[in-house]
Amino acid sequence: MPLLEVKDLRIGLQTQRGPAEAVRGIGFTLERGETLGIVGESGCGKSITVMSLMGLLPSTAKVGGSIRFDGTELVGLPEKQMCQIRGNRIGMIFQEPMTALNPVHTIARQVGEPLRLHRGLSKADARKEVLALLERVGIPDAASRLDAYPHQFSGGQRQRIGIAMALACGPDLLIADEPTTALDVTIQKQILELIKSLVAERGMALILISHDLGVIAQTVSKMLVMYGGSVVESGPTEAVFARRAHPYTQGLFAARPAIGAPRGQRLATIRGSVPELVDLPKGCPFAGRCSYTVDACKTTPPPATMLPHDHAVRCIRLEEIAAQGAIAP
Amino acid sequence: MSTAAVPNAAALKVPGFWRRALHHRSFVLGGTLTLLLLLAAAVSLVWTPWSPYEMDMANKLKPPTGAHWLGTDTYGRDVASLLLVGARASILVGVIAVGIGLVVGTALGLLAAAKRGWVEEAIMRLTDFSLAFPAILSAIMMTAVFGAGIVNAIIAIGIYNIPTFARITRASANAIWSREYVAAARACGKGGFAITMQHVLPNISAVLIVQITIRFAIAILAEAALSYLGLGTQPPQPSWGRMLSEAQTMMFQAPLLAVFPGMAIAFAVLGLNLRGDGLRDLLDPRLARAR
Amino acid sequence: MSATTTNASPLLRVTNLVRHYALPREKLFGPPPTVKALNGVSFDVQAGKSVGIVGESGSGKSTIARLVMALDTPTSGTVSLEGRNLHALSKEELRVARRDFQMVFQDPYGSLDPRQTVARIVAEPLEALAATSRAEQRERASETLAAVGLRTTDLDKYPHEFSGGQRQRIAIARALITRPKLIVADEPVSALDVSVQAQVLNLMQDLQQQFGISYLLISHDLAVVNHLCDDVCVVWKGLIVEQGPPAELFHHAKHEYTRTLLDAVPRTPTGGTLLAA
Repeated sequence: MPLLEVKDLRIGLQTQRGPAEAVRGIGFTLERGETLGIVGESGCGKSITVMSLMGLLPSTAKVGGSIRFDGTELVGLPEKQMCQIRGNRIGMIFQEPMTALNPVHTIARQVGEPLRLHRGLSKADARKEVLALLERVGIPDAASRLDAYPHQFSGGQRQRIGIAMALACGPDLLIADEPTTALDVTIQKQILELIKSLVAERGMALILISHDLGVIAQTVSKMLVMYGGSVVESGPTEAVFARRAHPYTQGLFAARPAIGAPRGQRLATIRGSVPELVDLPKGCPFAGRCSYTVDACKTTPPPATMLPHDHAVRCIRLEEIAAQGAIAP
Repeated sequence: MSTAAVPNAAALKVPGFWRRALHHRSFVLGGTLTLLLLLAAAVSLVWTPWSPYEMDMANKLKPPTGAHWLGTDTYGRDVASLLLVGARASILVGVIAVGIGLVVGTALGLLAAAKRGWVEEAIMRLTDFSLAFPAILSAIMMTAVFGAGIVNAIIAIGIYNIPTFARITRASANAIWSREYVAAARACGKGGFAITMQHVLPNISAVLIVQITIRFAIAILAEAALSYLGLGTQPPQPSWGRMLSEAQTMMFQAPLLAVFPGMAIAFAVLGLNLRGDGLRDLLDPRLARAR
Repeated sequence: MSATTTNASPLLRVTNLVRHYALPREKLFGPPPTVKALNGVSFDVQAGKSVGIVGESGSGKSTIARLVMALDTPTSGTVSLEGRNLHALSKEELRVARRDFQMVFQDPYGSLDPRQTVARIVAEPLEALAATSRAEQRERASETLAAVGLRTTDLDKYPHEFSGGQRQRIAIARALITRPKLIVADEPVSALDVSVQAQVLNLMQDLQQQFGISYLLISHDLAVVNHLCDDVCVVWKGLIVEQGPPAELFHHAKHEYTRTLLDAVPRTPTGGTLLAA
């Protein structure tokens, strides 16, 4: 049985202009120890998806479909039981290390909180565990800094503390929502390597969200590309990177400036801009912005086409795109 | 993205502000009560059931009847008429006293935020000093020294509003000065005064609006307190506070005499506070992020 | 051609720029601690060319931006625009000089006044120069909006009605309206999505070709700097540790810190790396 099985997940949100579907029927599975990356730009629904895994959506959100975590259905689970899973069996690392820690509590207390809450450890026992965790995540001189406050640490160190907190109870699944976006690139490298080694060491499953394709390439073995609340392409990271079948994926890759590319070259852009949630087209969310759009694209959401190596793409124009030589064999 | 939680007036520009406002319970309730207050004062300018100055000793201390809807007081004056005209005094005090505080206090606060350094320090220490004196005692002291009367009452209450507005303005203005659009204005070569008037003031207007509502309520209470002590509005000018004071001696003979002005004060203050709460909710910065 | 050659006088010359900040006192006696943000930085920007300043947080790159824009005064050192020392000018002279150098900020959500219309925001630099009438300002604003790919109908809208990328275009229009010779762009695309980033970078490139603007581009993103700049300065702990054309710098980095930076950039398996060719 897979550790996490998401089927036809639909999430509706209340926006300024009325109700809108933020996530439109996505599905994926994750086995123990597997790493999954979710790539997409603002508004694609990646953060909302993982928030629904943690049951952290706003009260006005409507969730449909199924999320099975280790056999338990998470959609509609009463809050009390959700609390037992959060922090205990699913851990989360957030994007902003500056604000993810409470400035008025010591780090010993904060990292120890999940331990005391879920495992009922005493203050002293929790402290010992916290020390071990902090040392593992690479906080120098951890023993003397247990009673320090978050503002006494740098951004990178705070993120390490956040990781320690997420790992405290030995969760089966670790969710990292843009964990390195707010950090310098040299620190980013260290944090990603830390996450990778911890995940391998403890056999946890990992869901990593990022807008940075390079980060995804280096950290996860499977990936999803999301746009407008749908998964437009999914599969093993290598396969997706090599083939880039979906027009949106191609657009994303082409739009990045590369170090060492010749100067004066214009970057290929995706024409138009991401429409607001309420304005997304009924069929394929990318219809209209895509240069291969036909009428059929606008009416029905495209079904998944399977390519070799478990690589799925939602596009009805794949043949034409391949014919134009845009997809590698 | 850094945004201090300053209520953002940009929220007023978000479509549907009035729709949401009319669904907000506190705002609607408060707004209704405040409107009633204004209505009472406005009506009293053209009509009252009886003249509030007319004394009718034969009919004194009567309970509510067909002729006198809320009864009569110790001198036979119609309570309903007294309440209506008393509303005028309360509003007058509110408007002018808050006005003094707003104009002078805001100017000081904006100056402090724009100049910083010793100017800011001096202004802030001045406000600290003023706030150290208990408000009502200061007002009492002033009216006792300069004489009782509505004018002095207004000035006393107004002076007390200055440090409050100064502090609030300075705090909000400081938050705005650190925004990037102010840096952009400086990069264009705009001076402190232009930036204050064009960028800072419009963006703190929401805070000021909320504060005005709250201070208005306090001003009404303060006027009532002063009048109760005989230091505010002088007879024969009707005032809710003085009505309470006079009713005190008649507590056992005509208890209703105290109830009506008391309720009037309570509802006016409640209405203003509710509206202030409602406004604060509605102007919350998260709304300014409408995309 | 490297920007350090002292040929025909450069548009912008920064010499030995130092900025130290005094922190609040920690002890009653004794000097207060200081933050040494910049410790002697020098570089030139030639007319029509672009220079990139690359560094991580705390390196001093934002301080360079503020000092070049005369939003802050240096502890020592000079910033000369077309031979004139900006910090030695009188207040009035500086105000007039600002026509020639403008800035684009990082945060598209914070750099536009939410209470002003686009027309006012974009025309603000003209207003500060006080040489034009309202009608003229609106005319110029309209022209400039067209140059950045927005419409005249957008003039009367408010910032919250636009997306991040569009707001950044408005910010660029504001910087462009006085036809400056130099635009200092502090992390202009960092807050934008990749596809939007590409659009804005293309725009900046087009504007350079069209109007001959020089950019001083501050960024932590090596790829962005590589795309737009003729010359790159790598800043670390308040000093420039390496300087040169991007191709040379990124392929033959000499300083250890530059190599660390390059090394840390995540690679994509496009049969190789993010570093093309």
